[in-house]
Amino acid sequence: MSNNPPKSQLASAASSEVMIAIKQMNKWYGQFHVLKDINLTVHKGERIVICGPSGSGKSTMIRCINALEEHQEGEIIVDGILLGKNLKNLDHIRTEVGMVFQNFNLFPHMTILENLTLGPIWVRKMNRVDAIDTAMTYLERVKIPEQAKKYPGQLSGGEQQRVAIARSLCMNPKIMLFDEPTSALDPEMIKEVLDVMVELANTGMTMVVVTHEMGFAKTVADQVIFMDEGDIVEQNEPTVFFDNPQHERTKLFLSQIL
Amino acid sequence: MDAWWDDVFAAYALNIDDLWRRTICTAPSFPAGDHIRRKHRQRETNVTNEAKATKRGAPKEKFNFFQDQRVRSVLYQLLTAGIIGWMVWYLASNTAHNLSARGMNTGFGFWNVSAGFDTDFKLIDYTPGIGTYGRIFAIGVLNTLLVSFLAIIVSTILGFFIGVMRLSSNWLVAKVALAYVEIFRNVPLLIQIIFWYMGVFSVLPVVRNSLDLSFGSGWMTLNNRGLYISTPLPGDLFWLTPAALVLAIIGAVLFRRHARKVQNETGRQINTLLPSLAAIILLPLAVFLATGTPLAWDMPKLSGFNFVGGTSLPPAFLALLISLSIYHAAHITEAVRAGILSVSKGQSEAALSIGLSPGRVMSMVVIPQAMPAIVPPLISNWMNVVKNSSLAIAIGYADIVSLFMQTALNQAGYAVEMVGMTMGFYMVVSLTISFFLNIYNKRVQLVER
Ligand SMILES: Nc1ncnc2c1ncn2[C@@H]1O[C@H](COP(=O)(O)OP(=O)(O)OP(=O)(O)O)[C@@H](O)[C@H]1O
Ligand SMILES: [Mg+2]
Repeated sequence: MSNNPPKSQLASAASSEVMIAIKQMNKWYGQFHVLKDINLTVHKGERIVICGPSGSGKSTMIRCINALEEHQEGEIIVDGILLGKNLKNLDHIRTEVGMVFQNFNLFPHMTILENLTLGPIWVRKMNRVDAIDTAMTYLERVKIPEQAKKYPGQLSGGEQQRVAIARSLCMNPKIMLFDEPTSALDPEMIKEVLDVMVELANTGMTMVVVTHEMGFAKTVADQVIFMDEGDIVEQNEPTVFFDNPQHERTKLFLSQIL
Repeated sequence: MDAWWDDVFAAYALNIDDLWRRTICTAPSFPAGDHIRRKHRQRETNVTNEAKATKRGAPKEKFNFFQDQRVRSVLYQLLTAGIIGWMVWYLASNTAHNLSARGMNTGFGFWNVSAGFDTDFKLIDYTPGIGTYGRIFAIGVLNTLLVSFLAIIVSTILGFFIGVMRLSSNWLVAKVALAYVEIFRNVPLLIQIIFWYMGVFSVLPVVRNSLDLSFGSGWMTLNNRGLYISTPLPGDLFWLTPAALVLAIIGAVLFRRHARKVQNETGRQINTLLPSLAAIILLPLAVFLATGTPLAWDMPKLSGFNFVGGTSLPPAFLALLISLSIYHAAHITEAVRAGILSVSKGQSEAALSIGLSPGRVMSMVVIPQAMPAIVPPLISNWMNVVKNSSLAIAIGYADIVSLFMQTALNQAGYAVEMVGMTMGFYMVVSLTISFFLNIYNKRVQLVER
């Protein structure tokens, strides 16, 4: 299936258990109000795609979920834990939430295998043999086990991004965040990364994905969110979202990117 | 015909372009995304394509000896070497002639001649009237090396500490560090040396009113003649204490290895730091007490107008050590800060997002990547410490310049030889340091790939 993602919607894996709850969240950068009264609920197994124009606050919002950014008002509850000043909670949430970045951020001074085992060994306190086993399992899942001994600089962009996904998965997270995972890639590499993400969706992973790959959104998403100027303007199922957008700004945005 | 320098310039330009193509374009690791590397590859392909095109398109050139690029560049190099050689020969013969005309001494005969003057700071035995100029040279070398070595250690530790402070998210801490850097980096070193010498150490109380820095025990005192410290006098069984220290350190290393093995096999992490520290401190202490504290102190005692006994460090030494350390720490701070900032923020974010603690993010992800950027400026600062220690001449610390190149030279003559030896000494030290830097750079390149 990875070679030919179906046009139809993947079966939803969403359950009623809430994994992420954002309530009345506000964030400022100095005087600049980046996120305004954000409300969002993500259930276990649900797949959310976020899109919107550049500078609308998409990255900032998902970075708040694993506390790479601090929010000033409202609350964020991840896996039942309130994000706040408590450092222990913070550490715990970060082990449960994986994140994939636009420009991969692999550690260039470590081999692929070392990149993948760093977290399991030092955070999950796994023994080396098991950590390597886990790493190889995930490298096989992203289809590049033969690259284990290489350094990130020796891999193509698509391969690096797949390693980055595998690195997050090695921590066995409950939620995966993706921030424009294919934006830095050439067209021929985008597909190999999207394939891996579709497969991941198939395993029932809870995913929040910032992307402009509307094909991916149509196939995989349970909900599509449109953000503009720090607001969630529209949120709907992909069929409704694409065929029958409610807001003018959404219509304008879709007409520009489709 | 074109001016001759056009050719020289063209030759250099060619080499620079060649260098660019060979080093920059093919540099194996571009940390940024693939697109940057591709851009460079693109450029390279363009270059080779152009080369191919000219090879195919241009008619075969006739070989003309004086118009040939390679012949010309060899000729210009020969010419340059010839001019330099002639200048050196001219200077040397001229100087030799003038020196002998004025009846000044030449040669290295002074080495075994005894010197008549004394010095207030020496690490080896020397008696005026008996000790030779060779010994004076050795004293100067050791004094320069001592103050440089200590200043390098202090400035490096201070520099790393303040460099990390500079990046602190605490406003006050960051600003204090910034003020430190701006003040000490922007005031000329010579002025700082004179400030510490004249403004601090010379206005200390006189000997009679010495400041006791060891809570009234007389172990360490400070006055306007310098710092007086007790010298340890080890007794019979004292050697057992350092032996215990070495044993404790070996034990700590083995323990650490064991901990690593346990972690590899079971994943369990053992805290090695505390037990190791305890062993390293407590074991030698226990041995020291058990052998009956076999250590006496040679205390400095006031006798007449001065202290005798113990070790004394003159004000010039203290002023030089402190100003060199502080000045170069400010420069090292900037190297450390720039190195840490050169690691992209995405690296620490990625490390945080897999759950690593901030300390581990620093030590396992950020610092290893910052080191290649920190080490070269750090080591160049070390070289500058050695070279700048020659400013000792301003306050009369007996370093190689003020003791050998000034005092000894004034007494004995031999200007060319003595200045040459001094220059040779600094070159040997600098080249030794850069030799180690090159080894480090090679290793880093291998690891980085
Ligand atoms: N550290 C920061 N300090 C100040 N302003 C910031 C900072 N980071 C982001 N911003 C601003 O916040 C706004 C939202 O940024 P954000 O990166 O979340 O946008 P985005 O929707 O992800 O855009 P893109 O599609 O370009 O990635 C932008 O206007 C940006 O300029
Ligand atoms: Mg963004």
